[in-house]
Amino acid sequence: MVAWTDITGIRQKIAESSAEEVTASYLEKIDNSCVNGFVTTWDKALETAKAIDSEGQDGPLAGVPIAIKDNISTNGLSTTCSSKILQGYVPPYDAHVIEKLRAAGAVILGKTNMDEFAMGTSTESSYYGATLNPWDTDRVPGGSSGGSAAVVAAGEVPASLGSDTGGSVRCPAAFCGVVGLKPTYGCISRFGLISYANSLEQIGPLATSVADIATLMDVVAGYDQRDSTSINRENNYSDAIKDDVDGLKIGVPEEYFGEGIDEGVEKTVWDAIAKYEDMGASWQKVSMPHTKYALAAYYIIAMSEASSNLARFDGTRYGFRADGDNWHVMASKTRAEGFGDEVKRRILLGTYALSAGYHDKYYLKALKVRTLVKQDFDKALSEVDVLMGPTMPTPAFKIGEKIDDPLSLYLADVNTVPINLAGVPSISVPCGFADKMPVGLQIVGKHFDENTILRAAYSFEQNTDHHTKRPEEVA
Amino acid sequence: MVYENPDGVKIGLEVHVQLNKLKTKLFCGCSTDYHNDEPNTHVCPVCLGLPGSLPVINEKAVEAAIKIGLALNCSIVEQTQFHRKNYYYPDLPKGFQTTQYDYPIAGNGKVVIEGEDGERTIGITRAHMEEDPGRLQHIGTIERSKGTLINYNRSGMTLIEIVSEPDMRSPKEARRYLDKLRSILDYLDVFDGDLEGAMRVDANVSVFGGQRVEVKNISSFKGAERALLYEIMRQKNHVRRGGEIVMETRHFDEARGVTISMRTKEEEHDYRYFPEPDLVPMRVADRAPEIKKALPELPDAKRERFLEQYEMSGMHARALTTEIKVANFYEEVASQVNPKDASVWVADILKGELNYRDLGIDAFTIEDIVEIIQLVTENKITEQSGVEIIRTILDHGGKPQEIVKEKGLLKVEDDIVAKAVEEAISENPEAVEDYRGGKEKSLNFIVGKVMQKTKGRADAREAREQLIEKIKEQN
Amino acid sequence: MITKEEVEHVGWLARIEIDEKESDEYAEKLNSVLDYFGQLDEVDTEDVPPTYHVMDVVNVFREDEVKESMPQEVVLANTEHKKEGNFKSPKIM
Repeated sequence: MVAWTDITGIRQKIAESSAEEVTASYLEKIDNSCVNGFVTTWDKALETAKAIDSEGQDGPLAGVPIAIKDNISTNGLSTTCSSKILQGYVPPYDAHVIEKLRAAGAVILGKTNMDEFAMGTSTESSYYGATLNPWDTDRVPGGSSGGSAAVVAAGEVPASLGSDTGGSVRCPAAFCGVVGLKPTYGCISRFGLISYANSLEQIGPLATSVADIATLMDVVAGYDQRDSTSINRENNYSDAIKDDVDGLKIGVPEEYFGEGIDEGVEKTVWDAIAKYEDMGASWQKVSMPHTKYALAAYYIIAMSEASSNLARFDGTRYGFRADGDNWHVMASKTRAEGFGDEVKRRILLGTYALSAGYHDKYYLKALKVRTLVKQDFDKALSEVDVLMGPTMPTPAFKIGEKIDDPLSLYLADVNTVPINLAGVPSISVPCGFADKMPVGLQIVGKHFDENTILRAAYSFEQNTDHHTKRPEEVA
Repeated sequence: MVYENPDGVKIGLEVHVQLNKLKTKLFCGCSTDYHNDEPNTHVCPVCLGLPGSLPVINEKAVEAAIKIGLALNCSIVEQTQFHRKNYYYPDLPKGFQTTQYDYPIAGNGKVVIEGEDGERTIGITRAHMEEDPGRLQHIGTIERSKGTLINYNRSGMTLIEIVSEPDMRSPKEARRYLDKLRSILDYLDVFDGDLEGAMRVDANVSVFGGQRVEVKNISSFKGAERALLYEIMRQKNHVRRGGEIVMETRHFDEARGVTISMRTKEEEHDYRYFPEPDLVPMRVADRAPEIKKALPELPDAKRERFLEQYEMSGMHARALTTEIKVANFYEEVASQVNPKDASVWVADILKGELNYRDLGIDAFTIEDIVEIIQLVTENKITEQSGVEIIRTILDHGGKPQEIVKEKGLLKVEDDIVAKAVEEAISENPEAVEDYRGGKEKSLNFIVGKVMQKTKGRADAREAREQLIEKIKEQN
Repeated sequence: MITKEEVEHVGWLARIEIDEKESDEYAEKLNSVLDYFGQLDEVDTEDVPPTYHVMDVVNVFREDEVKESMPQEVVLANTEHKKEGNFKSPKIM
């Protein structure tokens, strides 16, 4: 029985036994899961592992099981965005990242649960039921990539892919005590990622160690001519795996410790920053004056883009279709029935924000505030190498606690959304516990400077033991 | 004489040109030659709008757009961008059309036409790029439809929308504008105008300075004239009866020749335009000078040159320069025979025979027409025989020399004609008397006899002249 | 703030059917969020250009080269509503 092993460990186990055996043991674990992290497990996973054994495939991820968030297109494998409206939809093509994973020999075990269409911070809005936090099954795993984080934390896969539009990789990483990276905008191809807010989102890896994050980045990141926003830039991420933060200049924005922050989280994060000082780094206060407006700007932009990105779901070509005696009625009923409440609210708000008479007040205004937020980052990061703060203001909250008050859920994203507005990279690493629940430290870097934040995260990992802790419920 | 425009008619036209000569669609690599193929066989995730698909701009489409803009005397904008036009219709797979909004690639141009009172300049407001939606087919009639069939082969084809200023004052001027536009586009070789859907027209028309009405569903240039004639009359009558014209969209019913109001809920459009997040802006004005240099000699310039160089009539110049293929054909012929003869034979005779048979200039060779012209000018055959050869080639094939031999078209020797003339005079004394007495018709009768005797091979004009002389002599 | 009528209008624009009793509830929930959005009015954005794209890239193109299209059965595979190679839907109006 394989549990909580990193990619190097997995590859060793495969060498000792076989890819087939390793995959089989993970599949068995998933069968006995209590976190409801998967929407679909792939019935061809074992076959794929067998083929890797017999062909002697030797890519960097040969035989390594990976889980994929259910908003990333997988050829021949159901992709639902955890929504009723895509029930039964099987994409006829692979996303760019899936092509890369397959070429590296990875074994895709299945598609993970998420907030419907990536709209959420708790994975409670999934049509397939909530995913549970392995550390405390009464609590949320975070969102929207809650499934991707929970299955890694539960030892059901060594690594997974999620997507991050306003914190959707970093938040569940923090709540589940794993590592999660949102790369610079344009770093990983979005071809095949089902869009929620296309100017804000990136696919991001989740794993139990920083080194594994770097390994995954080396496989899936890079230029793709099918994505016009993909940046043509070569980089070796594994080069960053060095234990060295001597002279690293850390900026701590006071705005990231705003009111509403949990005491335990605050203390744990400051302890982490003090640890960096021990390791040879230095820190200073920086100011990000537009942080408090970033949340509103983010939601306006995200909802506006979403209202357009989700317009294609009308039942005509794929997915769920309701009855209607003409096409417009059919489409309206399909969308009313097929979308969950949060998705509908965001589509309505986004439509409103773009509509005649309100376009300037909301959409255009939000884009201008975005410029100011981006300028905050440009300025702060010109004075320091990285920024640090808590990923989330609180530890994982209880299931059902916030789902009836959408605004309170939105407010939980306060530290993560500014990063998406600016397009900079950010990683969340486990840095301790508050209330017996994991706390994440967010490290933000300059555009395309993933290597510095990876190095900073790795160094922290090597000099602490938070990342070695496991949820008690999982063997 | 200045055209008064007593009804204050103002017509503006929006013409959509489909770039069906590009190899691929605007945002994906699907091939464009779908016209004779099965439905949904020229479709990919991008033009089907599958979730996760992303557009990438066809560079040749952009160059074609610049070419068209320059040919219409437009300026090419410094920075241009695609926008989303959001609305719901089953032929729109993404629920929005990717088009251009406030920064069209070309603007502020003009086209000169033969107006009601001489040359008239029609302003071109803008020319921009957008994608074609799919094609709908109603099951049953449009009034009692049982459903809709949708074929996405056309979805994603490149359209260039050309918007004119409301500078046309009559349906005739509108028709002339369309003809001129078609001619210019033909010269640029950017599309095959004979293919279905290659050029579509929407008209905007107002009278007496009132509100403008949009007329859609015009599928031919003749249709455009008819639609405008009807709509102008309808508006005039409405105003005369004390009614007010409301700004609305009307549908042209080609079969009945009327426009029908489409004022239904579907028409309440708020397109919520915003820049396409999946596509980056284009800065391509620097390509304009080179593209401008490479522009072919356009119809107006070519017509001017033909008038001067070949000393032909205005009518011939117009007829020979409407289509580039005809112009090139003519010039080839004119380089081998007398240009004036060439213009008569190509513009009047050959084109007449081709039009009658609904054929293009491709149906005849330069070699053949040159040979025919030479046979006539060398007096070997009559003009009438030349026409017969053309008809024979078009209807049955063959080469001029063969046909001359087969049909015995070589002009009859002068002495044979003289003999027939003498015989005809002696055999028809009464007719000769009648003619001498002033009856012109009797001469025709005798000419007929001469033609009979020479089995039609005599030149009728010559025979007539000879008869007149001989009859005079005998007097 | 958004009225019940505006909710219905926006529901139509977004093709999401909203019945009578739902529109009140929507108006309430949407208004609390719109209220929050209103704080952006405090920000001085005069002379601040909007950020449409976070990366400063222009002119991304592809060649006019034909790529394989999907077979017809694959195109229609995700729906049962089809006829003679076409997608089938209810009449338009």
